[in-house]
Amino acid sequence: MRSLEQLAQGVVNGDKRSIARAITLIENNGEDAQKLVSLLYPYTGKAHIVGITGPGGSGKSTLIEKLISELRRRGKTVGVLATDPSSPFTGGAFLGDRIRMQRFATDEEVFIRSMATRNVPGGIAKATKDAVNVLDAAGKDVIIVETVGAGQAEVDIIKVAHTVVVVFAPGLGDEIQAIKAGIMEIADIFVLNKADLENANRAVTDLKASLELNAQEKAWKPPVLKTVALTGEGIEQLVNEIFEHKAFLEKGEGASKRRKWVETELVEAIKQKVADLIVDDLKKRKVFNELVEKVMNRQVDPYSAASKIVAETLLSAKKD
Amino acid sequence: MSSERKIRVLIAKPGLDSHDRGAKIVARALRDAGMEVIYTGLRQTPEQIVETVLQEDVDVLGLSILSGAHMALFPRIMELMKKKGLNDVLVFAGGIIPEEDVPQLKKIGIKEIFGPGTPLQTIIDFVRNNAPRKA
Repeated sequence: MRSLEQLAQGVVNGDKRSIARAITLIENNGEDAQKLVSLLYPYTGKAHIVGITGPGGSGKSTLIEKLISELRRRGKTVGVLATDPSSPFTGGAFLGDRIRMQRFATDEEVFIRSMATRNVPGGIAKATKDAVNVLDAAGKDVIIVETVGAGQAEVDIIKVAHTVVVVFAPGLGDEIQAIKAGIMEIADIFVLNKADLENANRAVTDLKASLELNAQEKAWKPPVLKTVALTGEGIEQLVNEIFEHKAFLEKGEGASKRRKWVETELVEAIKQKVADLIVDDLKKRKVFNELVEKVMNRQVDPYSAASKIVAETLLSAKKD
Repeated sequence: MSSERKIRVLIAKPGLDSHDRGAKIVARALRDAGMEVIYTGLRQTPEQIVETVLQEDVDVLGLSILSGAHMALFPRIMELMKKKGLNDVLVFAGGIIPEEDVPQLKKIGIKEIFGPGTPLQTIIDFVRNNAPRKA
């Protein structure tokens, strides 16, 4: 096995084998995964990351195939991370998103990777963010992240993507129902796909009307586009809007959005680290099981137990 | 943090077959056995398949073919795999493959060939027992 430094260098050089291996390492969450991300981090931050989300059957994968095609026509290099759900029962997964993108399997400037959620709720895999970093470090201009068929709560994509495209389609029941609350608010661009179907105009009108109800004045008003992914209709305009949004982000609004992102990222990382440290220590001192039993026997509630532990840890840290 | 290790499998359909019932049944069985299964869809060239093996970093490649072109397509796939340095990937095949072709296919590195009627459990066990343990 090559060293981590060599692997990271391979990724930065754009070597496909290294990119593939790096993502596997991150997915398997081995000890080296974090170290690899540290090595790659200085090379990231250049790619524009586009999230594609929306209900199952709205045509996300087909739309992405056409997006790749248009981006390649404009000379951009592309990375794709396509997510499908893992079974909560067997842990297995059927990853079929790339069937529609196989045309680009042999394009040297396109890298497509299928990821299973491995039972993390939120619509994308836990490893997705770091996999994005790998593709970013590898020099891809645009990275497209496809979520699992999302309904209402799958909004984790905003922690990963600069531009979130919410795709819906007429005839999936009540279109607005399918994209209400959470997912409605995360959209930077709305796409009504399958716009050649009956009721397409009605769906667009409904959506626009409900967007008008958002009293909040926003600097960026999410446009509502119509596409027919099968024929490629409307794709050029979608790519235009994506770059429009990118330019908007770079003009200032983006700075605060990016800052908020990094804040969230840092807080998450700290939480993870602190929790790992404390739990490892409790286990080492063999008091963890005791604590679990106390909570099980209703002698103490988990929140009080956590407060006490954190207070103790902070106290002993001060002494050191 | 525990390190999770999942077997990743690519099920691929080289050549001009017009249906993929068998491939999908095998894909589903492996999925239900807890593996992550990627499917290429129909009518793939050897180049597309090998490139997908590489990008998806799979441990196992399952080839399904019904058209009779296996003696042309499989050697090409195995040759490309070697060229890309993908020697540690377990390769098996299924579909309509005459008995007399089997020795030659095994010689070029295809570990096992499963004909029609093979119990799914046989294939699952084979993959579990032979999937390489990559670092």
